[in-house]
Amino acid sequence: MTVSEIFETMDYGPAPENAAEALAWLVDQGDRFGHFIDGEFTAPGDGFDSRNPATGEVLATLSQATQSDVDAAVAAARRAQGKWQNLGGAGRARYLYALARLLQKHSRLFAVLETLDNGKPIRETRDIDIPLAQRHFYYHAGMAQLMDEALPDRQALGVCGQIVPWNFPLLMLSWKIAPALAMGNTVVLKPAEYTSLTALLFADICQQAGLPKGVVNIVTGDGAVGELIVNSDVDKIAFTGSTGVGRRIREATAGSGKSLTLELGGKSPYIVFDDADIDSAIEGLVDAIWFNQGQVCCAGSRLLVQETIADDFYKRLRTRMDKLRLGNPLDKCIDMGAIVDPIQLQTITEKVAANDAGETYQAPVTMPTVGCFYPPTLITGLSTSDTLMQEEIFGPVLVSMTFRTPPEAVALANNTRYGLAATIWTENVNLALDIAPKLVAGVVWINATNLFDAAAGFGGVRESGFGREGGWEGLTAYTSSNDKTKTLTKIEPFKGTAGPANTIDRTAKMYVGGKQARPDSGYSQPVWGKSGALLGHVGMGSRKDVRNAVEAAQGAAGWARTTGHLRAQILYYIAENLSARADEFASRIDAMMGGRHGAKEVETSVQRLFTYAAWADKFDGQAHSVPIRGVALAMKEPTGIIGALCADEAPLLGLISVMAPAIAMGNRVVLVASEPYPLAATDFYQILDTSDVPGGVVNILTGAHGDLALTLAKHLNVDAVWSFSSSDLSTAIETASAGNLKRTWVNNGQSRNWYAADSKTFLTAATEVKNIWIPYGE
Amino acid sequence: MDTNTIQHTTHLPQVTEPRNPGMELDMQWVRSVQANTSAIERRAATIPGRRSVKKQYQAAWLLRAITCIDLTTLAGDDTANRVRRLCAKARQPVRREILDALGMEPITTGAICVYHDMIAPAVDALQGSGIPVAAVSTGFPAGLSPFHLRVAEIGESVKAGAAEIDIVISRRHVLTGNWQALYDEMRAFREACGEAHVKAILATGELGTLRNVARASLVCMMAGADFIKTSTGKESVNATLPVSLVMIRAIREYYDRTGYRIGYKPAGGISKAKDSLVYLALIKDELGDRWLQPDLFRFGASSLLGDIERQLEHYVTGAYSAGYRHPMG
Repeated sequence: MTVSEIFETMDYGPAPENAAEALAWLVDQGDRFGHFIDGEFTAPGDGFDSRNPATGEVLATLSQATQSDVDAAVAAARRAQGKWQNLGGAGRARYLYALARLLQKHSRLFAVLETLDNGKPIRETRDIDIPLAQRHFYYHAGMAQLMDEALPDRQALGVCGQIVPWNFPLLMLSWKIAPALAMGNTVVLKPAEYTSLTALLFADICQQAGLPKGVVNIVTGDGAVGELIVNSDVDKIAFTGSTGVGRRIREATAGSGKSLTLELGGKSPYIVFDDADIDSAIEGLVDAIWFNQGQVCCAGSRLLVQETIADDFYKRLRTRMDKLRLGNPLDKCIDMGAIVDPIQLQTITEKVAANDAGETYQAPVTMPTVGCFYPPTLITGLSTSDTLMQEEIFGPVLVSMTFRTPPEAVALANNTRYGLAATIWTENVNLALDIAPKLVAGVVWINATNLFDAAAGFGGVRESGFGREGGWEGLTAYTSSNDKTKTLTKIEPFKGTAGPANTIDRTAKMYVGGKQARPDSGYSQPVWGKSGALLGHVGMGSRKDVRNAVEAAQGAAGWARTTGHLRAQILYYIAENLSARADEFASRIDAMMGGRHGAKEVETSVQRLFTYAAWADKFDGQAHSVPIRGVALAMKEPTGIIGALCADEAPLLGLISVMAPAIAMGNRVVLVASEPYPLAATDFYQILDTSDVPGGVVNILTGAHGDLALTLAKHLNVDAVWSFSSSDLSTAIETASAGNLKRTWVNNGQSRNWYAADSKTFLTAATEVKNIWIPYGE
Repeated sequence: MDTNTIQHTTHLPQVTEPRNPGMELDMQWVRSVQANTSAIERRAATIPGRRSVKKQYQAAWLLRAITCIDLTTLAGDDTANRVRRLCAKARQPVRREILDALGMEPITTGAICVYHDMIAPAVDALQGSGIPVAAVSTGFPAGLSPFHLRVAEIGESVKAGAAEIDIVISRRHVLTGNWQALYDEMRAFREACGEAHVKAILATGELGTLRNVARASLVCMMAGADFIKTSTGKESVNATLPVSLVMIRAIREYYDRTGYRIGYKPAGGISKAKDSLVYLALIKDELGDRWLQPDLFRFGASSLLGDIERQLEHYVTGAYSAGYRHPMG
């Protein structure tokens, strides 16, 4: 078109970013890549093509890692780990700083290569992905520097296997590698097979930074390679990807002792109240669901609009959609680029085509004739029962329904298996700060969406996975407490033949919903002391008792909303009442176990209650220093309903050490008493009964750990299962936990010193960090 | 619909657009307007990153920007000859050979904008050019002279030949929440303008909040403003992208509800060619192509033209240009 014609039409015209440098880099590498193992690129092997989804052109040929490649990478990481850890935080900080600087120096090269490989607009790689990747290395260079001072009781896990997705290839790599390296771990990372190129460029800059060989290893390939890493000799797996694959990894790593963090799918609600700045909320949707073509795990894909403004909102939204520009991702004047791969495009297309509910609007935007493109799509008038309202689409498709009141908005928002992110739009600060804590999500954005920063943890709850990336909370995922443990062997109950020591029969029941409950099975079993005397009978708990206990715990959900002060008072009161009956409990422990350490166990239990009473109102959240005008509030919320198999070897202290931190943080618990020595737990419910503990907050079951653990671990309304049992249950629990991806904390057959408090570990396990982003300004 | 057209003011809205008659003050609408500052700033910040115009497109867009400039002189030392020189520049804002190289017919700026006393020499100098003369009025820039004098000033300026009147609103009506007073004032100004078009200067830098900007925009449109304009150029903060976003969203909503297109004029602080492209992209995306015409969009600017001229010469020659190569206005 001529200047005078454009003067009339005022069209945008093409504004392509030059790809020459990125293509030249590929040529320099021979357009064929091996893996990056032990500081060197290996010779290219059999593999697959990496294509530009916008054009279908082959960018490079990549190698599919074999078992021996993965073994070599893990071995290299293992060799490098000790030295890397011993380099110290300050030494590691220098390398992380160098990596950050190099990412910055080569920022445009990374951005263009990422866009070529992934299909996302150059604006996003240039302005979002790459700057955030740099930020993560800078931030974690700082964390390395501060580790010795700020985290003296934490140590590296060892070798971390990391598997990242294709939607934010370099950014996800940075989220995983930076904290791992900062804490003294070494890594074996697998990028997604669609998008491996920036990971290989990153390997290149690791060489430029002089990073010691073996600290970072990168192997390429498809999911089969991921499986090889999961099954390899690593200490931790960090995975970002689909919930389905996450579930398989959970099962595969069950009982292995490998630490695991999963950042999985989502169907994140985007709630617009009637007093919102509507145009800004609509613009927010552009950043929520049409950012990266909607291929974002935390995409605000589920729009909930207050009924009073819905028609106007939808009308304005469609107008905005019409203005979105699709096209060549390298064009600096487009809003949406290409879907990552023809297979993903087909999935999106089929999901939308299969839906016949509601009203579908696809913006009449100009679509490129080649490449993988899908138009911005809005489906209104859906119901919770419609598939598209529940299932992740992972494309530029927004689904919507209306709500009437704030409580209904919360109920609809939480009516999902996922819990990754949520967005709230309202100009009413009372409403915003009331709703944010009620949303089941790891991240909540108020009057904004898709804000990310290295200083604020990111991660989900429910089937969106567990673990946080970023912030202080993210370091938990790459460190362990440096306690020494010993092997724990199964403790068998004593057998006896003698009659009861006391002729008045005392019936030890279970404790469910604040009431004593007989076992549903109607069976009891005897408990003999070391001397062979019959000390009493306890109910043989069954799956029905678990069901009843979890229902009771569900009914006590209000406990989570009580104040820390109130929970502290109740814990002190429990301690007071236990202390008053200390002798009786001590005698009971001695009678059950033999020996004379009962008094010490009771005294420590009282101490423990005091400790967590003290913590109840002091395990504070944080206001993170994120680079916006606003705050990111890291709120510590209770995990939910925690099922715990209590320690066999410390019948009272083991139970209290689990119960006290859990209820101090607002959780409800279903505790399974020490299997060989259950009577301390059953005596203890009398203490609970007299200590103002609301019914359902603490439930105590007795019975075989092996029978009850699986029901608890499978129960879809239980949020976490902890096992300190001397029975070998870790594998079974972690396998079964995959059902709803509940958090697990199992002992893997290792003992724990119950006389040491280790409060931080328990409190951390009892809480989930929710980051609430609150930009402000008038 | 007002079908009267004034021959020599081809840039004015009534050529193709029905003129906004205004409406009753709708306080429910006014009160419902929200403006979330952080979100608006984020959107504004991404516009330069989301939109890029290159090569011949950029040249064409810059030419379009020139046709939307209200070439302005509002200085205490303005004289008739100074204004004549500016008018000559308005008639031929770009060197002929540059236009030839671009394959363009002659263009002019959107208007000339002056104080009342300079209207006559401007009208005289622009005879036959089709370029309208705009006059700032109503006690510009503070708007604190007696109300009857402010109304009378409009009448005088219209009589002197101004086709467009840039009025200033009473900021105190906004700051005290007296929307009825703002509405009544604007109504009176519009009345006094008669056939001349009225641009309402909100002095956004003095309104305190973006929500006030949004509400003041709406009230002025309800009271019959043909254009809403950011600033006098005399406030410490003048046109910004966030303020522009708020005002043009108000324009869009007013159009959606009433069917009348209101014009938009950012003024002050826009001095770079690149900035003008960002503004044009903002208008194009938020309001649509129809608003990219001088009857619905103007830049209130004095130094912007010089930078655009240099960019155009760079496009034509491939060499970066120098200011002295272009005739000053």
